[in-house]
Amino acid sequence: MNIGVVIFPGSNCDRDLYRAFQTFSPNKVEFLWHKNPELPKGIDVCAIPGGFSFGDYLRTGAIASRSPIIKAIIEFAHAGGFVLGICNGFQILCECGLLPGALIRNQSTQFICRDQELIICHKDPLFTNLYDKNQKVSFPIAHHDGNYFVDTETHKVLIENDQIAFRYQGKNPNGSVDNIAGIYSHNHRILGLMPHPERRVDPEIGGNDGALFFKSICDGVSN
Amino acid sequence: MKVRIKIVLKDSVLDPQGQAIQMSLKNQGFSGVNSVRQGKIIDIDLEGNSLEKSRKQIEHMCESLLINPQIETFTIQEKD
Repeated sequence: MNIGVVIFPGSNCDRDLYRAFQTFSPNKVEFLWHKNPELPKGIDVCAIPGGFSFGDYLRTGAIASRSPIIKAIIEFAHAGGFVLGICNGFQILCECGLLPGALIRNQSTQFICRDQELIICHKDPLFTNLYDKNQKVSFPIAHHDGNYFVDTETHKVLIENDQIAFRYQGKNPNGSVDNIAGIYSHNHRILGLMPHPERRVDPEIGGNDGALFFKSICDGVSN
Repeated sequence: MKVRIKIVLKDSVLDPQGQAIQMSLKNQGFSGVNSVRQGKIIDIDLEGNSLEKSRKQIEHMCESLLINPQIETFTIQEKD
């Protein structure tokens, strides 16, 4: 299995994401530069990390979502490829249209950086296979624009099609619709989430609730 | 030709920044402010001299990059 981790100017979770995949899979992980107009052959999962791509100019993720590599990732996704977007990666996936909705300014208008309890809402055969449905996990959140907005009609579709991946447990940190912290695409091959599982893969630095997330993906694609 | 594009959040989208501004105005003693919505302005210096001829191109720019149609709307005007 090959995993590509995309780097934009302003990405800052790329190395954590790279390391998380490498820790839980002996398989090949490689960085992909945003100007690449195509993906290397044999990529199974494309992962878009957190950060502040292009300084969050215009709208978070807006400029990155029009970059050459995203055009290649859209083609890859349409051909059934697996795509993961964390934090700024989630914002980029919404901006480029691979996921519905948009991430807008937190209701508090504050940048939030803290641990957040989440509920795994869907046991996905790839992304969350090693967790139980409704299991609670704690991942850090660190964002200014994590307030997931989606219109009522699309929200209904998300529920009917089991596309809500994670919900915030307890007090909603950012005002997102229905406490949504992460969603799947219609075919469940694309996942975007605001929290950072890649920052919870080592008990020595805060816990390892995120370990099973990366193990699920690595095991799932290998099988 | 100078063109001004005004971008605002759709009425159905919560505007936390607008709400914070409204609260601050209230705290400073300004009364009767029923609501505040914050938007953004993008000024473009464009070749040509007819807004009507360029309107399609500007709308295309808006729809393909400058706005997110899920949450925002825009208006175009010629800038003096």
